[in-house]
Amino acid sequence: MPVLGVLVALLVLLPLGFVASYVATSSWAEIRQLVLRPRTAELLWNTSRLIAGCVLACAVLGTATAWLVERTTVPWRGLWRVLLVAPLAIPAFVNSYGWVSLLPGASGYGGALLIVTLSYFPLVYLPVGAALRGLDPALEESAFTLGRGPLRVFWGVVLPQLRPALAGGCLLVGLHLLAEFGALQMLRFPTFTVAIYEQYQSSFNGPAANMLSAVLLAYCLLLLLAELRLRRRARYARVGSGAARPAPRVRLGALTLPAVAGLALLAALSLGVPLGSLVYWLAKGTTSHVAFGPLGVAAATSLGLGATAALVTVALALPVAWLDVRRPGRLATLIERSTYFGNALPGIVVALALVTISIRVVPALYQTVPLLTAAYAILFLPRAVVGVRAALAQAPPVLDDVARSLGLSAMAGLRRVTIPLTAPGLGVGAALVFIAVVTELTATLLLAPTGTQTLATRFWASSDGLAYGEAAPYAAVMVLLSTPATYLLTRDMRRASSG
Amino acid sequence: MRRSRRALPVLLSVTLGAALAACGGGSGADGNALTVYGAPHGELLSAMADGFTQQTGIKVNVRPGADAELANQIVQEGKASPADVIMTENSPAMGLADSRGLLARVDTATVAQVPSKFVPSSHNWVGFAARSTVLVYNTKALAPGQLPVSIMDLAQPQWRGRVGIAPSGADFQAIVSAVLALRGETATRQWLDGLKANAKAYSNNIAILKAVNSGEVAAGVSYHYYWYKDRAAGGVSSGNAELRFFGNQDPGAFLSTSGAGVLASSKKQPQAQQFLAYLTSEAGQKVLAASKAMEYPLLPSVTNSVLRPISVLDPPEVDPAKLNGPEVVTLMQKAGLL
Repeated sequence: MPVLGVLVALLVLLPLGFVASYVATSSWAEIRQLVLRPRTAELLWNTSRLIAGCVLACAVLGTATAWLVERTTVPWRGLWRVLLVAPLAIPAFVNSYGWVSLLPGASGYGGALLIVTLSYFPLVYLPVGAALRGLDPALEESAFTLGRGPLRVFWGVVLPQLRPALAGGCLLVGLHLLAEFGALQMLRFPTFTVAIYEQYQSSFNGPAANMLSAVLLAYCLLLLLAELRLRRRARYARVGSGAARPAPRVRLGALTLPAVAGLALLAALSLGVPLGSLVYWLAKGTTSHVAFGPLGVAAATSLGLGATAALVTVALALPVAWLDVRRPGRLATLIERSTYFGNALPGIVVALALVTISIRVVPALYQTVPLLTAAYAILFLPRAVVGVRAALAQAPPVLDDVARSLGLSAMAGLRRVTIPLTAPGLGVGAALVFIAVVTELTATLLLAPTGTQTLATRFWASSDGLAYGEAAPYAAVMVLLSTPATYLLTRDMRRASSG
Repeated sequence: MRRSRRALPVLLSVTLGAALAACGGGSGADGNALTVYGAPHGELLSAMADGFTQQTGIKVNVRPGADAELANQIVQEGKASPADVIMTENSPAMGLADSRGLLARVDTATVAQVPSKFVPSSHNWVGFAARSTVLVYNTKALAPGQLPVSIMDLAQPQWRGRVGIAPSGADFQAIVSAVLALRGETATRQWLDGLKANAKAYSNNIAILKAVNSGEVAAGVSYHYYWYKDRAAGGVSSGNAELRFFGNQDPGAFLSTSGAGVLASSKKQPQAQQFLAYLTSEAGQKVLAASKAMEYPLLPSVTNSVLRPISVLDPPEVDPAKLNGPEVVTLMQKAGLL
C-alpha cells in the first residue's frame, strides 16, 4: 500500500514538477520578457477582480440562502434545498451559453461576475448549510441571555463557527474560477486560463503558454495557503457530554414574502435562464435538424471516458485514503496532501504539461485514452479521496482483522470485506469524478485521441462558432448526465435534514 | 448497506460496458485512414474529405485545431508525428512547418494544377483555397463616405472603441503578417499599438460579424466568407452589415492562401500525395465551390458566382512563403494583444 500511495502522489505532482522545472531551466531574460509585461498585469487584474467579486457574492448568497432554509420558517424548504443545489448540474459554460445566446451584451466584467456567481454559489451554500444544521444552539442561547441582539449573535457567535465551511466553500469557488475557461471565453473576459489557451492556439506548447501556466499555478497555491490560514486550528465540536438539539427557527413573519421572492428570483436566474434558453434553442434547432448520429457517438464517448476515469480515479484514491485512515503517520499525511494539489491544478496546466512530457518521454502514450485518463485522475483525485476516506473511516477496522484471522489473504480481505463495506463512499467518489469528466473541456481538447469528440468538445465547437441551435442538444445531454450524480451527492444531506 | 452491495456490481458492469462502447466508437483506429491535422472549418474540411473518400476509398481522420497550434504541434512531435497531412486556413503556419524541414515535396503534377502565386517557391505545400480580407461594417453606423481608405487607418484615434478584431485567431494573425511583409516592422508595431487602444477583442470572426450587425461595434476586420455564408443562410446576423473590399493593393486587400502539405515523416506518402492532388483537382475544387464554405476556389476554371470575382479584388503582391507567423505572435505579445 505505501508504495502504491507514493506512486499516486508522484503522478499528481508530475504537472507541478514539470512547470517548476520549466521555469527553473528558463533564462531570466526569457522569464522577464514573457511574464513581466503589461498583458500579465491585465490578466492578473482581471483574474483577481473576478475572484474577489465572485467569492464575496457567493459567500453572501450562499450563507444567506443557507440561513433562510436551515434557520427560518421560510415555506417550501424541501423545494429550496433542491433548487439551491441544482445549478451544480449545469456546467458553467452551458450557463454562460444560456445567457449569452439570449443577451449577446452579457459580457465583460459585469456579465462574467453575474454568470459565474450564479453557477458557483451552491459551492458555498452546500457546506454552510451543512454546518448550520450541525451547530449547537446552546452557544447562541448563552449569548442571547447575556443580552446580545440577534444580529450581533449572528455576527459574533454563528459566523465564527461557520468559518471552516465558509472558507472551504470560498476556496472551491476561487479554484473553480482560476480553472474556468469555457464560460469566460464565451463572455469575452480574459483571465489567465483563457490567455493560456489563446497562447496554445498561437504557439502550441510554446514558452509563453508555459510561463503563464507557472503564474497561474502560483496563484492557485497562494489561494490554497490562504484558505489553510483562514481556517486556523480551533475546536468547533461540542465539548463534554450531551448532544446538540436542532436549533429553533426564526419566525420571518412579514418578511416571509420578500424571502420567498428572493429565493424564487435566484432560482429563476440560476436555473430558469440557462434551462429556458436550452429549451428555446432545442425547439428552434429541430426546425433545421438534430444530428442524432454524432450526438449518440459523443454521448457514448463522454459516458465511456467518464466511467473509465471514475473507475481508475477511485482505484487510485483507495491506497491514499486507506493509508490515511488505517496507517496514519507522516508518510500518509504527505501522500494525502500531495493528491490535494489536484484541486489547485487547472485543466489547461495539466494538459500542457502532459502534452510536452508525453511527446518527449513516452511518445507511445501521446494522444491516447490512457494519457487523457491520467489527466482526469490528476485533476479529480481529491474528489474521489474525500468520498473513499469518509467511507473507510466508518468501516470498523476490526472486520479487516476478523477476515484475516479467518484465513483470507490481505487482497481477498480487501475485496470481500473492505470494498463492499465502503461501496457507498466509493460510489459517491466515482459519481463526483464522473460529473467532472463529462463536463471537462480544456484537458479533453488538448489530449483526446484524433477523432475523439465528447459532448463537451462538440458543444464547444458549435457554440464557439455561435451555432447555438447546433450546440443545444449536446448541452442538454450533459445536463441530463450530470443530474443523477448531483442528486446522489445531495441525497444524504437532504435525508439528514428532512426534519 | 445491502442495497449498495447489490448496486456495486451493476454499477461496475454498466460502467465497463460504456467504457468499451466508447473505445469502439471514438478512436476510429482504421490502419489505412489518413490522419489530417486540419484547421479549416468543419463544413469545408468534411465536404472535401468526404469527396476524397468517395473517389479513392481512403478514409480521413481529422484532428481539428488552429493554424499555429497545429504547425507548432508537428514541430514538437517531429519524426514521431501521427499526422500524414497538415491543412491550415492561412499560409504563415505552412511556412513555419516548411522552414523546419517537416514537409515532403509535393508531386509535380499537383503543383502544376495550381496557379503559381498560390504555391511557395519550395514546392513543399500547395494552396487549395483563398479568402479575402475585408472590413465588415454596420450600414447604420457608417456611411460609405466614412469608411477608411486603408486598413492602416484603423489605428487612428477616431476608431477608438468602434472596431472589432479577433487577435487570437489565425486569420487576423495572417493579416498582420501581410502588414508586416508589406509595411515593415516599425509601421506594423505602431499599427498594433493603435489597435490595442482602439479595438474590441472577439474570439473569432463570427462573433465580430454578429457584433457589427447588432451595432455593438461599427466595423470589424474579417474575411469575406463569414458575411457571404450568413447572407446565404438568410442574413440573420448580416442584414445590417456590408463588406468593404479595400482593393488598391492595400494590406487590407490581402488574399490569404489556405494550404496543404504532406509530412515528410508520414508512412502513407502515396495516399497523402493523392489527397493533395484531389484537393487541387477540378473535382475537389468544384466540391469547394459548391459547399457552404464560400471560400475562393483557386482553379480559374472553377468559380463561385455568388462571390465578388477574385479577378477584381486587386490584392497586394505577397509571397505566401514569406509570411512570418512566430514573428507576428511576438509582435502581438509585445503590443499586449495576445
